[in-house]
Amino acid sequence: MADKVLMKGNEAIAEAAILAGCRHYFGYPITPQTEIAAYMAKKMPKIGGTFLQAESEIAAINMVYGVSSTGKRVMTSSSSPGISLKGEGLSYLAGADLPALVVNVQRGGPGLGGIQPSQSDYFQATRGGAHGDFKMIVLAPHSVQEMAELTVKGFDLADKYRMTAMILADGTMGQMMEPVSLDFAASEPVAKPWATTGTKMEREHNIVNSLFLQPDELEKVNFERYERYKVIEENEAMYEEYMMEDAEYCVVAFGIAARVSKNAVAEARKKGIKVGLIRPITLWPFPTAAFAKTMGKIKEYISVELSMGQMIEDVRLATECSAPVTLCNRVGGMIPSPEQVLAAIETAAKNGGAK
Amino acid sequence: MVVFDKPHALTDVPLHYCPGCTHGIVHRLVAEAIDELGIEGRTIGIAPVGCSVMAYNYFNCDMIEAAHGRAPAVATGVKRSDPENNIVFTYQGDGDLASIGMAETVHAAARNENITVIFINNAIYGMTGGQMAPTSLPGQVTQTSPYGRDPKHCGFPVKVCEMLSELDGPEYLERVTVNNVKNVRAAKKAIKKAFQNQIEGKGFSLIEVVSTCPTNWGLTPQAALKWLEDNMLPYYPLGVYKDRSAKEEAK
Amino acid sequence: MSTKQILISGFGGQGILFAGKFLAYKGLIDDKQVSWLPSYGPEMRGGTASCSVILSDEPVGSPIVSNPDILVAMNLPSLDKYESTVAPGGIILADSTLIDRKVERDDVTVYYVPATALAGENGIATLANMIITGKLLSVLDDFNEESVRAALSKVVSAKKANLYDLNLKAMQIGADFK
Repeated sequence: MADKVLMKGNEAIAEAAILAGCRHYFGYPITPQTEIAAYMAKKMPKIGGTFLQAESEIAAINMVYGVSSTGKRVMTSSSSPGISLKGEGLSYLAGADLPALVVNVQRGGPGLGGIQPSQSDYFQATRGGAHGDFKMIVLAPHSVQEMAELTVKGFDLADKYRMTAMILADGTMGQMMEPVSLDFAASEPVAKPWATTGTKMEREHNIVNSLFLQPDELEKVNFERYERYKVIEENEAMYEEYMMEDAEYCVVAFGIAARVSKNAVAEARKKGIKVGLIRPITLWPFPTAAFAKTMGKIKEYISVELSMGQMIEDVRLATECSAPVTLCNRVGGMIPSPEQVLAAIETAAKNGGAK
Repeated sequence: MVVFDKPHALTDVPLHYCPGCTHGIVHRLVAEAIDELGIEGRTIGIAPVGCSVMAYNYFNCDMIEAAHGRAPAVATGVKRSDPENNIVFTYQGDGDLASIGMAETVHAAARNENITVIFINNAIYGMTGGQMAPTSLPGQVTQTSPYGRDPKHCGFPVKVCEMLSELDGPEYLERVTVNNVKNVRAAKKAIKKAFQNQIEGKGFSLIEVVSTCPTNWGLTPQAALKWLEDNMLPYYPLGVYKDRSAKEEAK
Repeated sequence: MSTKQILISGFGGQGILFAGKFLAYKGLIDDKQVSWLPSYGPEMRGGTASCSVILSDEPVGSPIVSNPDILVAMNLPSLDKYESTVAPGGIILADSTLIDRKVERDDVTVYYVPATALAGENGIATLANMIITGKLLSVLDDFNEESVRAALSKVVSAKKANLYDLNLKAMQIGADFK
């Protein structure tokens, strides 16, 4: 255990980003993710990097757009209301096919909402998050170790597919401390011939742009982008299965909700209920393959969420209405207890999957 | 023999600007400055949203199209990605720079971000068809001030150079115009200085170019120049509003 | 017990999070699976602060402690709020300097430690948290000096060797308190 350190989830993200070669961070203070900015403010000047507190969330995401245009790894982080402000930039990053890592340590909403943990930005994250047809790769860590690992993975995927990768965490993940091992292999640098690094008078000028006034041209770039998304859907979905081998009931949860649910599933197993857990790690692409193989075997799916029921729609789509999908949730900063999830499992088992 | 030639920093793409519009002149002045300073290969320009939205097609250096008003933030990112080598300029209109992007403008100036900002003030939103701008004059008729801009209802125009000159941050602020040969030469000098300042690491330089919009002003190009002289210049006096290095040398 | 769920609660400024962090590090050094989760937000600035610490032989599921096996209550509001949540058969440690009532539950083991008074008497007024932590370790028969020292060195910066000694002293006072 000597190689492990105790770190807050937010700090683990920051340190992992640095290990992934990110040397530019722009952000704006907002609870519960400010530790990321504080960590960067302390570290970046010492390693020749840039930390800059922007005048707004909007400016921060556009500074990210600027650095990304030059081909360098760059990130910003915020929490729910701040991510809404960044929406414009997220759309432009997508339109210009620029890689970036954006962290959302979610809190309750809508509006100013609260500052306690939430997962109610699921739709915003998985449906693109702003105007236009686009996707972000959405990674949902459920431990501090994953906060670090998925940050590195996020940078790699963002570079590989020229798009935004979002770490969709929540206040609990950001604030909690767990042992972390930061022993990562350095990722392969990706060539970025499109970057605006100055022509050096050796090539045609590069243009980073999301404007296409000709409809047929704009249609073409959209279709091409979605071809790329299809490749991602086929190759990059990630999930964890827990006690699924003989399961007749399936809890679906990510992030903090998955941790709570694991306790509940373990308890239910002690009571003889054949229940398992599917934990999507990528929320987009949603791991539909994990569900395809359960169809016909599972009598009921229970979506455990810190929202009014957002992921549940993807569960229904992925399971093609082959069994009822019910919701077990708390919102507003409240977190479902293992007892609440256990009760939902017991209710499902009692009903035997009756609709 | 002197041959009138196109600056290298301009591409061969025909400009889309209306007849009599002064964007073309200012594009040329920026390109000449880039040529003369020999910085094209390390210059990255940021185009705005507005009439000059497609400026990325016109400059031969690397170009980035920014969201409306965000060019100074994008420029900040580009500059900070390689401060030793990158020469970064933004080219923005009045709606972009002084309305929706005011926060980005003021804070880039306050940080003394080492970039060059070319600010086209023609007192109107051109691309969207002639709406009231933050710099539209009192009484000015536009599509969204059809009875003339009434300061009691929608406030007064923003004087960008005057406002920014109150900040400790910026290095250089000058207002120029391009209504005649003499003023075009002065504008060229100012724009070149704004790039030179960046090369020397002096910081934020903004050149406000009082410009015309004959189409949306509803005037011929010549009458537009006259309107500029009679109405714009009295409200937006030309001159250097801040030159920190010159002031320090004078001490 | 393969899993210990600990909830530490008190005023912001009493070192609640620090004590939790120490316990988490000690668990890590003792080869346990650990998690530490603070309350956060305005309550950090003078209101009630709490933190959940889980020490387990198995991977930690939910990091939220809602029914603690051990409650460390450093003030009255904390005892009022969490007394009823303690798991039957659990342990409550109360700072009896600041809590002027007795625990009402009869299905838990209670230790009253006048931690704040002891801290004052020993010239370590800010370390009541570590006095009560020392008592907790002795109650659990877990005052292993080697891992205590190792964990302390993780949470007290090397530049503050003086504080290291004082923290150790505080824990010893707590452990020795009968």
